[in-house]
Amino acid sequence: CGTMLTNISNVLRACAQRNGAAAVISARTYADFTAQATFEVKKCDTHKLDEAPATEVVMTREEGLQYYRTMQTMRRMELKADQLYKQKIIRGFCHLYDGQEACAVGIEASINLSDHLITAYRAHGYTYTRGGTVKEIMAELTGRRGGIAKGKGGSMHMYCKNFYGGNGIVGAQVPLGAGVALACKHQGRNELCVCLYGDGAANQGQIFETYNMAALWKLPVIFVCENNRYGMGTSVERAAASTDYYKRGEFIPGLRVDGMDVLCVREATRFAAEHCRSGKGPILMELQTYRYHGHSMSDPGVSYRTREEIQEVRSKSDPISMLKDRMLSNNMASVEELKEIDVEVRKEIEDAAQFATTDPEPPLEELCNHIFYNNPPLDVRGTHPWSKLKSVS
Amino acid sequence: MAAAARFFIRGANSRLSISGFGTGAQSCFGAALLRLSPGCSSRTKTQRRHASHFTYQPDPVPTQYGPTQKMNLFQSVTSALDNTLASDPTAVIFGEDVAFGGVFRCTVGLRDKYGKDRVFNTPLCEQGIVGFGIGVAVAGATAIAEIQFADYIYPAFDQIVNEAAKYRYRSGNLFDCGNLTIRAPWGCVGHGSLYHSQSPEAFFAHCPGIKVVIPRGPVQAKGLLLSCISDKNPCIFFEPKILYRAAVEQVPVEPYTIPLSQAEVLQEGSDVTLVAWGTQIHVMREVANMAQEKLGVSCEVIDLQTILPWDTETVCKSVVKTGRLLISHEAPITGGFAAEISSTVQEECFLNLEAPISRVCGYDTPFPHIFEPFYIPDKWKCLEAIKRMINY
Repeated sequence: CGTMLTNISNVLRACAQRNGAAAVISARTYADFTAQATFEVKKCDTHKLDEAPATEVVMTREEGLQYYRTMQTMRRMELKADQLYKQKIIRGFCHLYDGQEACAVGIEASINLSDHLITAYRAHGYTYTRGGTVKEIMAELTGRRGGIAKGKGGSMHMYCKNFYGGNGIVGAQVPLGAGVALACKHQGRNELCVCLYGDGAANQGQIFETYNMAALWKLPVIFVCENNRYGMGTSVERAAASTDYYKRGEFIPGLRVDGMDVLCVREATRFAAEHCRSGKGPILMELQTYRYHGHSMSDPGVSYRTREEIQEVRSKSDPISMLKDRMLSNNMASVEELKEIDVEVRKEIEDAAQFATTDPEPPLEELCNHIFYNNPPLDVRGTHPWSKLKSVS
Repeated sequence: MAAAARFFIRGANSRLSISGFGTGAQSCFGAALLRLSPGCSSRTKTQRRHASHFTYQPDPVPTQYGPTQKMNLFQSVTSALDNTLASDPTAVIFGEDVAFGGVFRCTVGLRDKYGKDRVFNTPLCEQGIVGFGIGVAVAGATAIAEIQFADYIYPAFDQIVNEAAKYRYRSGNLFDCGNLTIRAPWGCVGHGSLYHSQSPEAFFAHCPGIKVVIPRGPVQAKGLLLSCISDKNPCIFFEPKILYRAAVEQVPVEPYTIPLSQAEVLQEGSDVTLVAWGTQIHVMREVANMAQEKLGVSCEVIDLQTILPWDTETVCKSVVKTGRLLISHEAPITGGFAAEISSTVQEECFLNLEAPISRVCGYDTPFPHIFEPFYIPDKWKCLEAIKRMINY
């Protein structure tokens, strides 16, 4: 009984900033759940750092449920995209993010929506954590006017506020991210830029040019290498002379993080964000993660790795399962509650897929819009000199 | 204005009648083409909506190069590379993912046959690949570099334009990288959108010192690729990716070369000259047939094959005969290679021209994702251009 009272008071305190009324109701209904618990996460390897992110982290029930919901939504969304692609409703290129959910969710948990983020083409997950809705994302995949880029970009080109995409050419987004960070520093807004790239792109020259610039000018940028062990079909050992991607920044301090554990990613990002915001300059994080699907929908994903390997990661290190186990074993949620979230997520995805399939395609006029900024509208030369289309911006 | 309105209506109708495209083309050209072109097999209604904009027309079987074998475009490229690795002990092939066979299966089996020090993967670095290739070539080995998609060639643009193209010139013929050949998949593919569909030949046409070559089918591809490899200048060989599987022909097994800088007249005619390259040639051949049937116009179809240096003589000779010229390519119209051809032809053949030279090209927009069927210069747009020229 005494512990019950302490728990209730803990919940009330934790919920104090949020809706007071809800806290009272939740205290009554969920009073038997632990409000927060301490978890142990793997220690991060460091490069040129005296300290490391904490290995004991605290997660509250609300946070846990929110991470669970977000990761489950991302997972379901990607699987739905897989289904729609096989039905030829989504065409073109589709790079799925399932398996790597902990990275997106963990990073977003430690930065604000006013911070900036840029990544390469495996962007559906980040579009969601940065504020895109599932409906908009799916409609963009099918190329409809309700899409987040008006249907003109497709899978690889999704954008929203403070999320700069969605970039097709690997490595090209990294100098862009540094530029965004420079703008933040210049405007004194205490914002930072998280700049992601993969293990394949880590060998592009532009990235090293960016490391130099970022370190020289002490830009508030967190470089994140999402190491999912395969650059398309090439394993990291066969592509890189040094697979310690967190050390590749050389003069930039680095962290190697377990990317399948959302709490480890969150803690490392918190550490990195503090490093940047205190004016110490850039920092590099390598997230060791895994993707279940192949590189894209046209890659079965098993010609360069074994099914056993995929199965092993799925059973031992799946981010959603890990979080679920942690919450259940610490009595932070019930199985029914999580199942309820699953059902809600499923419905949301179904509705979004329905919208994405039935929304009309963008009108022909959109073909020529937004090429330049032009006022008054510009004539765009068509296939013959006498067929002109108007471009507006 | 009326033309623009007509264009919009056609654009709107073409969505509805795209399913009619396939059947219309099939009924016009009969069962022979139906059998040869895998794109025209019986399809469900949803799939027919994405039918390709061309019907592949294979070349006749070449008899002068020895025994032939049925190959598609990527197999003919493999055959050319196989011949090269066998005859030239210094030849090396490298690029992203070439070791297992390449993302388009152009290098399948070569690593097993010739060893991993002759066919090897590079990390993800186009600038590094081409720079490295230039070095290999300058040192005397035959370098065949693969850029995974022509859209990714831009990080290597500086290396190609500033290093490769000018090596012989700036060293006074002391050094050259003629042993370098760069291969890249090129052109629209139906669902490629912005970064898997580009046709960058115009950027490289502006650079003296390199050669740019684009084949229209397997027989041409093997001959032209072998010519590029043996040519003593750095060459860029663009392979139309939509034809990798769709184009099947009988290709000679032995090595053979097709001369560079020589355009090929595929079909003689007297009223209009049609110039194109790569996939667009097959569109033009269809257009030529349509023009003959519907308008009674006899068209001469020329495949340019080598973009730089291009065969001005063949094209001008043809225009002198016909008096009208239509050039077509998928790349955007402004600054596309059709502009160069148009300009040169009007200089040489001004008094022979009966109508202004017509260009039917892509729009001045990035290659679109969902709007691809509207963007590409298909046969209807070309036919319209011919009508205008005839009635000028």
